[in-house]
Amino acid sequence: MIDWTGYLPLILQGAWVTAQLTVYGCALAFAVAFAAGLGRLSRHGIVRALASVYIEFFRGTSIFVQLFWVYFVLPLFGLTLTPLEAGVLALGLNVGAYAAEVVRGAILTVPKEQYEACTALNLTRRQSLRHIVLPQAFVVMLPTFGNNAIELLKGTAVVSLISLADLTFQAQVVRAQTGSTAFPFLSILLIYFLFALLISLATRGLERRLARGLDGARA
Amino acid sequence: MGTSAKQPIIEVDRVAKSFGPLTVLNDLSFAVAPGEKLALIGPSGSGKTTILRILMTLETINGGHIRIDGEQLFHMERDGRLLPADERHLHRMRSKIGMVFQLFNLFPHKCVLDNVTLAPILTGRVPRAEAERRAMELLDMVGLADKARAMPAQLSGGQKQRAAIARALALQPKIMLFDEVTSALDPELVEEVLNVMRRLAHETDMTMLLVTHEMSFAHDFADRVLFFDRGRIVEEGGPDDIFRNPREERTQAFLRKIIAAGQRI
Repeated sequence: MIDWTGYLPLILQGAWVTAQLTVYGCALAFAVAFAAGLGRLSRHGIVRALASVYIEFFRGTSIFVQLFWVYFVLPLFGLTLTPLEAGVLALGLNVGAYAAEVVRGAILTVPKEQYEACTALNLTRRQSLRHIVLPQAFVVMLPTFGNNAIELLKGTAVVSLISLADLTFQAQVVRAQTGSTAFPFLSILLIYFLFALLISLATRGLERRLARGLDGARA
Repeated sequence: MGTSAKQPIIEVDRVAKSFGPLTVLNDLSFAVAPGEKLALIGPSGSGKTTILRILMTLETINGGHIRIDGEQLFHMERDGRLLPADERHLHRMRSKIGMVFQLFNLFPHKCVLDNVTLAPILTGRVPRAEAERRAMELLDMVGLADKARAMPAQLSGGQKQRAAIARALALQPKIMLFDEVTSALDPELVEEVLNVMRRLAHETDMTMLLVTHEMSFAHDFADRVLFFDRGRIVEEGGPDDIFRNPREERTQAFLRKIIAAGQRI
């Protein structure tokens, strides 16, 4: 009988790396999603084109290839990143491309009458967007953002391929050292699931808070 | 004062407007004196709502000119030439005009008080405390002081429309546009909104343009009535002239239909 307690710290270290990747990756994806999502709705053709190219490119190529590019190819152009930085960049840009379409779609659900009220109240485009359109659109984005965050969490496993010691990587280490498959993979299965559950509960809580008073009805 | 007091606050000069192949306004001209209360009536599709939306810059025009307070609305005068208005010019012109919509268009994620204070705080650079004090006065006037913290979804249609009127008034526009503001209301809620508008008409010197299907209200409210049909003004005059002694055949036919539908004029 092997003493599993000796291997648990390895798994927990992996969990910490996965948590960092998820949190930083989501932060980057969130920022990029708003930039590109708003970019696709811009009045300026060049901005729309740039946003479209980014979104189509990152949705249309594999996250593996993107990660390898960031980690192995960028150094050839003089930009060397740590494995964590490379993982965050690849995951953030990849999921951000999907979330950008969520941002764009949600903004388009705000009825044109709301924009007309903004015009009648002489708000600028920026003020209308910030105070009227985005707060209403954000409630629509949230559930899908939750899905995107969970996708990103599950996607973090690919960083084990650039030797970053995340959950999946550590499970392989434990398996190699003990020859046991069940313990390491069962434990990371549970940890991934707990992380996903945490994201789900957090978005649902936020949804409930933001939807309060709206009652699903437009005024 | 002498001449400027006589200058119209709104001059619509040979305005044309079409949506694709559909001509909505055709060579439309009229003027409104400062403080005048004007009712625009006519069958649906006659262009009366469109001219209100144009004055609020929610639609552009295809031809003609509009002057507000002596200044071009959709054009800028630069070195004696007229250029299309830019966003800054429109922003300055819009500050003279407010609008109340048929479907209220309140901001559903903001309470009544925030709906009213938002624009003064953002555009008028009024401090929040001052904006809230003034908003409470307006909400008191429309009978909604006790609903200041309610969300729009918690209000009845009549309450929503009164909140929307308070919101439009908060910017103290010289001109107020009312676009069928009681058409979406249950019949028993119409009167509470009309009462607020009667008070406004009597107690302020704001210029008001009203598009309505409530003929008896138009009769009480308006100094002058314009009857629209197919994008043109067919007949205009004082409310007694239009409602009691219409000259034009089309006006007479329209009013007969209204009476047949059960409205008292």
